[in-house]
Amino acid sequence: MTGAMQYVDEYRDGELARHLSGKIAKEVHAERQYRFMEFCGGHTHAIFRYGIADLLPPGVKLIHGPGCPVCVLPIGRIDSAIALAKNPRVILATYADMMRVPGSHFANLIRARAEGADVRMIYSAADALNIARENPAREVVFFAIGFETTTPPTALAVRQAKCDGLANFSVFCNHVLTPPALRGILDEPDAMLDGVIGPSHVSAVIGTGAYEFVAKDYGKPVVIAGFEPLDVMQAVLMLVRQVNSAHAVIENEYVRAVGAEGNMKAQALMDEVFELRESFEWRGLGWLPWSARKLKPDYAEFDAEARFGMSHHAVPEPKACECGDILRGVRSPKDCKVFGTACTPEHPIGACMVSSEGACAAYFSYGRYRAA
Amino acid sequence: MIDIGGVQKEISLELLDDVAVGDYVVVHVGYALSRLNEEEAQNTLALFAELDGSQE
Repeated sequence: MTGAMQYVDEYRDGELARHLSGKIAKEVHAERQYRFMEFCGGHTHAIFRYGIADLLPPGVKLIHGPGCPVCVLPIGRIDSAIALAKNPRVILATYADMMRVPGSHFANLIRARAEGADVRMIYSAADALNIARENPAREVVFFAIGFETTTPPTALAVRQAKCDGLANFSVFCNHVLTPPALRGILDEPDAMLDGVIGPSHVSAVIGTGAYEFVAKDYGKPVVIAGFEPLDVMQAVLMLVRQVNSAHAVIENEYVRAVGAEGNMKAQALMDEVFELRESFEWRGLGWLPWSARKLKPDYAEFDAEARFGMSHHAVPEPKACECGDILRGVRSPKDCKVFGTACTPEHPIGACMVSSEGACAAYFSYGRYRAA
Repeated sequence: MIDIGGVQKEISLELLDDVAVGDYVVVHVGYALSRLNEEEAQNTLALFAELDGSQE
């Protein structure tokens, strides 16, 4: 039996949601629009699941950001992973969300597995290490993806592999950073944002200080918010107040889990194992400088790209798919011609339809019958 | 060992120092990333319920 969840259920209270909704409605200025981007896919999911858009006045628009880790990985990197999985010496281990992300010609890891590739779904990076220990005659590659939340566990796995001399383990590293992506979004003139709802778990790792540049360089407010619906609504209220008073500072609604410095142990670990790539390709955002990590020379022996001589080829997005514009916040899923027809969670054409954190999948599951 | 709404699950505390039995933690892909501050959690709930729309 599943019981009540303390510090979760209270943040989903319907009566408080209506109360917050009333406060927001009272404070918005009728003559203006408020365009706020929720950077993180976890917020996108919460906004659709709890129907938050319906609790906001018409002048407040929530724009969905690129913070969905599987959505931002470009097709070229997926193709590389699929090619690697087809190497008969290799066991490819990855998070479940990666399995259905389409590469070129709608190939994906599920199909590769059906064709004989050894692909294993794992829950945590430590599972990949265990697979390597259990299969000493095979090469176990961890197809590692994600923002600052999944990066520290990968760092721990690499350090453990070095410590144990686990020679058949390596990492195909696709870890990316939140601040450079936010910069990429803010440099995009079409997005026209009035403020940003900052991510929950990522901020627990990098801290509120990591967002100061948004206020300083772009003059936009950020409110870091928890993942629950009332957190998101309170963050919207705080952003509305900043906009109304012409303020642009970094505020923290998620004080119960996020501090100014973040998790310094996790940060030190990332710095010990990884260094920044000069440039990395993102789906939708293109090549962003210093936006992703690779293994440091001290850990180069665990770098799958070096071990298997992998090279990155940029591959264009399928023509019909608007995933790129959706990730940049300039289009909504309903603007896409294939949304809900040719492209569904069962048969995704673009990555935004795959993960529950993707804007298209969230919109398909919870929002497609809403009036525009 | 953590309890997620009644489901027991083993997670790693390698990324956090000084976690005690009974603490609430924020968990991501099997690792605790942050400890929940219960006092702040209550303060935030009180903030939601504030009657007046005006700022402090």
